[in-house]
Amino acid sequence: MISFKMPEKIEQSVVIMETIAENMMRPVSRYFDEHEHEIPWDYIEFMHTSQKAMGGGGVLTDSEKKKKKEGPSISFQRLAFTSEILSWGDVGMWLCTPGGGLGGAAVNATGTPEQKERFLSHYRGEKPVFDAMALTEPHAGSAMPAEVRMTAVRDGEEWILNGEKIFVTAGNKALVDSDGFVVMWATIDPEAGRAGVRPFVVEAGTPGCTVTKMEHKLGIRSSDTVSIVLQDCRIPFDNILGSPEVVKKKKTKKGFKGAMATFDATRPLVAASALGIARATIELLKDMLLEQGVEIRYGLPRSTMTNIEREIVDMETLLRSTWLLTVKAMWLADERKSNTIEASMCKVKAGDVVVKVTQRAVELMGPLGYSREYLLEKWFRDAKINDLYEGTGQINRLIVARRILEYSRHELS
Amino acid sequence: MYSFEPTEEQRMLIDAVERYAVNDLREAARDAEESGEIPRALIEKGWEMGVLQASVPEQYGGFGEHSAVTGVLAAEAMACGDLAIALAVMAPSTYVMPILYGGTEAQKEALIPPVIEAEWKPYVAALTESRFDFYLGEMSTIAKKTKSGYSLTGEKAYVPFADQAESFLVFAALDGKTQAFIVPPDAEGLTVGERDKLLGIHALPTFPLTLEDVKVPTNARLGGDDGFDPASVIASAQFTIAAMAIGLSKAALDYALPYAKEREVWGKPIAQRQSIAFMLAEMAIEVESNRLLAWEAAWMLDEEQDASKAAYLALTGASDTAMSVTDRAVQVLGGHGYIREHPVELWMRNGRGISTFAGMAMV
Ligand SMILES: Cc1cc2nc3c(=O)[nH]c(=O)nc-3n(C[C@H](O)[C@H](O)[C@H](O)COP(=O)(O)OP(=O)(O)OC[C@H]3O[C@@H](n4cnc5c(N)ncnc54)[C@H](O)[C@@H]3O)c2cc1C
Ligand SMILES: Cc1cc2nc3c(=O)[nH]c(=O)nc-3n(C[C@H](O)[C@H](O)[C@H](O)COP(=O)(O)OP(=O)(O)OC[C@H]3O[C@@H](n4cnc5c(N)ncnc54)[C@H](O)[C@@H]3O)c2cc1C
Repeated sequence: MISFKMPEKIEQSVVIMETIAENMMRPVSRYFDEHEHEIPWDYIEFMHTSQKAMGGGGVLTDSEKKKKKEGPSISFQRLAFTSEILSWGDVGMWLCTPGGGLGGAAVNATGTPEQKERFLSHYRGEKPVFDAMALTEPHAGSAMPAEVRMTAVRDGEEWILNGEKIFVTAGNKALVDSDGFVVMWATIDPEAGRAGVRPFVVEAGTPGCTVTKMEHKLGIRSSDTVSIVLQDCRIPFDNILGSPEVVKKKKTKKGFKGAMATFDATRPLVAASALGIARATIELLKDMLLEQGVEIRYGLPRSTMTNIEREIVDMETLLRSTWLLTVKAMWLADERKSNTIEASMCKVKAGDVVVKVTQRAVELMGPLGYSREYLLEKWFRDAKINDLYEGTGQINRLIVARRILEYSRHELS
Repeated sequence: MYSFEPTEEQRMLIDAVERYAVNDLREAARDAEESGEIPRALIEKGWEMGVLQASVPEQYGGFGEHSAVTGVLAAEAMACGDLAIALAVMAPSTYVMPILYGGTEAQKEALIPPVIEAEWKPYVAALTESRFDFYLGEMSTIAKKTKSGYSLTGEKAYVPFADQAESFLVFAALDGKTQAFIVPPDAEGLTVGERDKLLGIHALPTFPLTLEDVKVPTNARLGGDDGFDPASVIASAQFTIAAMAIGLSKAALDYALPYAKEREVWGKPIAQRQSIAFMLAEMAIEVESNRLLAWEAAWMLDEEQDASKAAYLALTGASDTAMSVTDRAVQVLGGHGYIREHPVELWMRNGRGISTFAGMAMV
């Protein structure tokens, strides 16, 4: 039965998240934008404490046990709301959420129950802990995972990892500022191309794992983006995510395909985050306009609306349609149904929408929009990342196109 | 709980309507467009699918329960066949649904069964007006209170089957508020003009209607003395055509996809070029995302929430979707898209009319 009724449990967390976004993020949003690489510990400590109080193991991960008891799962849907609302607060800070990174998502999507317990229990400790996921390398981003050069070689009960990763979100927090972990994508068989690529968990403090660079960025400045070099980095054999069985039958693609499932969850998450920025922008625009006595009249024929009204109505239409598609992608994930196409669809459109909305907003507000007195110019800078990471707009268009055309990678690339 | 899955019952209805749309409407569309005529049997067959009947409660002659969500699902499926014929089949909905939404009990009991229990007959609304700034919330046609009822004066446009209508539901402004009145076709002062000649939907006969001091009794006013709140009717007008625009867009996408896979330029299918493949991907994304706006608006109405803004956004999104998707379908077909042997040029013409067609079907 088609329904747009927000589940009560989500309603409750929405109220909490909104309070956090408004009171803990917005007031310091500008400060952390202007103090790149400073860490918003107050927010982090607060999130850590409250997650612990709720018995959770991180924002991104809901234990399997809980789901079974509670009937239909809504954890992915709730996550979409969390991502949207906290990104409305401040997207860079949202990316600093302990236990809220892509590493956890990868573990959750691909790990065995034992691995989930082992790695995600990090979150339940005294201190906040971060996680990250490293796929991109200096020579290739979009071409991943086919062109992974980081290698994993088995040596008895250990893997030896070698290679360099770049642009790792929260990498420094995971490895230097906390006892966290990074999920590294490395190849166990360089001849096999993408089929040889597997996710490995490298924990903080592992010898041979070094953060070598912190990037300076256009936006999301409170989130660290780092390079990591692995040099003869030894990790336990069972830190390969998923069943190690897969490794033995080297030819099988199963391990790889399972791993790709990570993106079915993280792409809608990025879409939701993008839409949080877009909503923040539209709301501020409307508030600023209202202060000038300009109120948006809905329902009018387009030919009689003012330009500003048309802009806002179009923005709201784009926002709402993309948001509903994002919720649908997450609903499918909760229903344990395939959502690959919806995940890429909402990611494509959300990337476009947030970029367009924030760029228009700065233009529409003229000198106010361009001024650092308001957050519009910041959101304009923050927005763009959403069209880049977790697959650029082009890469996700390719994924959608291949699906609807029933093409393989070889037929369309 | 969020859910994006139609019920079993809805699924069966959609499947049946889809079969009719693809097998019957798609087949007949080009001839109907060129000749300006729809075979009566085809309309009858569509009517017998019972989309409208199923959304009218038994006490008024229907066999169901009103659900706007079911309505938009069916409307999308039907419009995926052909918009003009779908609008013809659904024309009586523009008469029945406002009565259901806003009529008094007596009006519902008296006026709905003759439409619903019979074969398809042109009971239609006269709503649109021929002005660039036409707005559902603000009619230029004026209703004035008289001693014994109301007097209506103004000009209506795009009234389907006006030349053979059984009865009209005329929308007019009473003290600035949109209200509706039952007007018999033989009312004094009412004239049906020459059939409209439009950019698209040629198959659907529509007409201008002139009302000059047309007098109707008090009980002809929808909702009786207090009238009715037009919000639900306006919302339904908007999200219904939005859903139909999605159906139309879906048709264009479904047509362009296999064409692009077959047509080869320089030794490979054009679908293997990103500039074509990306267009197709974007078309699919627009269809998928904007469909949900129509669903949400319909759902809100069913939940008795204020659906006004949602319906308006749904129409805004669907109107853009219909234009961009049908335009791109023509583009994918290249020169062939411009030729009337293919349906995409027709869909492109129909696509441009979406916002103008708001009110030509309601669920
Ligand atoms: C702030 C930030 C945080 C990040 N966080 C992470 C992280 O946590 N983990 C991680 O692994 N990575 C992360 N990334 C990396 C990000 O995912 C990549 O930057 C992205 O995948 C693009 O790769 P690239 O930069 O190498 O661009 P390239 O792959 O070189 O692409 C350049 C341009 O070419 C286009 N292009 C490439 N291939 C095609 C094609 N086949 N068809 C059409 N167009 C194409 C792209 O869309 C893009 O516009 C992050 C990046 C940034 C900037
Ligand atoms: C009314 C009309 C009048 C015309 N008059 C003349 C005339 O007088 N003389 C004459 O010679 N021709 C004429 N044409 C033909 C016209 O020039 C062709 O229709 C046009 O060149 C496109 O070719 P096509 O129709 O075969 O489309 P296709 O070549 O099949 O193209 C289909 C689609 O694929 C795209 N496409 C094709 N190849 C690529 C590629 N490599 N990369 C990306 N996209 C690609 C195209 O842009 C198009 O969107 C006329 C056409 C029409 C409709």
